[in-house]
Amino acid sequence: MQRRANWILALALGLCALPLHAANLTIGVLTRADDERLDPRRVELGYPGQPGGPLGQAVDVAIKESQFELDAAKLTVKVDAAAARDAADARTLMQRLEKEGAVAIVLDLPADWIVRAAPAIRVPMLNAGEPDDVLRAGQCLPNLLHTYPSERMRADAVAQMLASRRWSRVLLLHGTTQDDTTRLATVQASIKRFGLKPVATRPFKLSADPRERDLANPLLLTANVEYDVVWVVDSDGEFARLLPYRISLPRPVVGDGGLFAVAWAPNFERFGAPQLARRFQRGVGRPMTGQDWAAWIATKSILQAAFDKALTPAAQLKAFVQPGFTLDGFKGVRLSFRAWDRQLRQPLLLTDGQGVIALAPAEGILHPTNVLDTLGADAPEGLCKTR
Amino acid sequence: MISRRPCRAAVAALGCAALVSAVQAKDTGMAFVSSEKDNALAIIDVKSLTVAGTIPTCKRPRHMQFLPGATTLMVACGDSNRADLIDVAARKVIGNIPLGDDPEAFDLSPDGRFAYVSNEEDGALNVVDLTSKKIIKSVPVGKEPEGVKVSPDGTRVYVTSEVANMVHVIDPVAGKVLKNIQVGKRPRRFALSADGGELWVTSELGASVSIISTRDLAVVHTINFEVKGMRPDDITPVGLTLARDGKTMFVALGRASHVAFVDVASRKTNNLVLVGKRAWNVALNRDGSRLFVANGLSDDVTVIDVAQAKAIKTVPVGRVPYMVVVDD
Repeated sequence: MQRRANWILALALGLCALPLHAANLTIGVLTRADDERLDPRRVELGYPGQPGGPLGQAVDVAIKESQFELDAAKLTVKVDAAAARDAADARTLMQRLEKEGAVAIVLDLPADWIVRAAPAIRVPMLNAGEPDDVLRAGQCLPNLLHTYPSERMRADAVAQMLASRRWSRVLLLHGTTQDDTTRLATVQASIKRFGLKPVATRPFKLSADPRERDLANPLLLTANVEYDVVWVVDSDGEFARLLPYRISLPRPVVGDGGLFAVAWAPNFERFGAPQLARRFQRGVGRPMTGQDWAAWIATKSILQAAFDKALTPAAQLKAFVQPGFTLDGFKGVRLSFRAWDRQLRQPLLLTDGQGVIALAPAEGILHPTNVLDTLGADAPEGLCKTR
Repeated sequence: MISRRPCRAAVAALGCAALVSAVQAKDTGMAFVSSEKDNALAIIDVKSLTVAGTIPTCKRPRHMQFLPGATTLMVACGDSNRADLIDVAARKVIGNIPLGDDPEAFDLSPDGRFAYVSNEEDGALNVVDLTSKKIIKSVPVGKEPEGVKVSPDGTRVYVTSEVANMVHVIDPVAGKVLKNIQVGKRPRRFALSADGGELWVTSELGASVSIISTRDLAVVHTINFEVKGMRPDDITPVGLTLARDGKTMFVALGRASHVAFVDVASRKTNNLVLVGKRAWNVALNRDGSRLFVANGLSDDVTVIDVAQAKAIKTVPVGRVPYMVVVDD
């Protein structure tokens, strides 16, 4: 009875709010103004996890490729894009987008801006660029979803690959920034989770002080210890980039250099991926990165919910976490949002930048319900308290 | 999949008549397997079930179909934007036809004059005149069209769009979409029932087959698959083909590594046969006693004895096998 009443109410609202035949759908896109990650000098270095350009481009690709379905559903899409200068500005812009009728907002903001700004609105937000696990744990919000994989998912993917190869003795090299410290802890947890053995943990430092030169010497940093693999944690990327083949033993490098885990690689060959990668390249004029994929699938999620008649923010949010809501992300399996932290469960690609060497979850890794949940925070951990 | 119509005047200009006179051999006793990564077909001797050789082709060969007469195999190549025509007796390429950007699958008009080609990159169904070797029409459809099926009378062409999750019904003469039918996620391939009244379409990420009434152009039934010990997410149906008696549909279940034997009348799965990894396309031999399954992830072909519903042999083939055509 309750359900029926809701349905009638929804119908009545729908009739009042929408023209009889066509409906408009506004998608908000909120990015950062003067994004230093997109400085051309930085972009051309192409470090692992480096975004290739503004996320709005991927949003446009997703809308364009859905034109046939949009026509069939008599939907017109409008993109309402804004760029924030800081956390306070992000908050103002989120409120503006909410007021202007965005059904959902695709986000590419730093974690601390999201933490401070996002509680101000109730519109669903899809984080397509920030991997910080805090947004999926202590600072999670009921209307905050994540299509970009978390740091933990990426670390778990690498750890699974090492476990499946039985390369269990790990030498950890890490930077000393705050980011590095947080990410080192994540890597150490993954190493433990998949039964690997850390043989030593050593800091590196790219320093202006010549007395600290030894701290940037790959040979010295990797000497006097036996290991199967070097795992480097380098949030900046400059040190990790030139680490492979410069260490003291003939061993692989993984983590932020050598072999790394990403949401998407433009040279991925399986599951129809080349079609999507080429569509993006043709439409935007540059290769598709992990962030682009995350913004693309976020937009596809919003459109798919809209095709299921979810045309209000509340209906969208409800649709995303329905058990039957599954997405086609060109990764070979159905993707869906985890109910406990609203992270999109997805396979990750392990690449050396030249080719996709393996996929995670690795073969042989098991899980009681969905093997994709072996990447990142699982339900029983209960890290996100808001439902 | 094998067309055995006589070589008609309409295709004579293509060289079919000349070919038949040059190479009289038919029924080579071989099965041909396209390999996406090898730019070649593997040849399997159907009797001994051993590899008998390879034929180099254009780049990334995928869908294959015999031209009328069953001596020339047309192979669509995604990375060469064309089809190669292969003389199966001589085992060599004797010509080619441009198909437009990134062709995946195709079907032929009943008279063999036209090929209807799904072009993944363009999001179009191209109509290719096989006589003049020209693309004469291009009908825009949803992104990543894949499976193509021509109705027995030739008046309709059905094509799936993997991105739009639709079956487009196209009038090939007018070059217009007549209807869009929403089906399960990532629709892939088609098969018609024996009387042509039902069009079966697999949905790779819907883990299902949608059955469309060709009279009403609407989905009348959806078959969901279950495999013991497999999760729903691992069931990704792609290739399917109808038994020679019209009573059973064979559906490859992709990552679930099984082929389902579905009773057409009751829609029930009567048998599940374990095959290789990512079972992709399926093809029958002439008398329908054996089913050949291309396994995309394990780089082999599994041969099933249909009566016993049992795999009898797995034959290693090239890298990323896509489709099998049996010419026994």
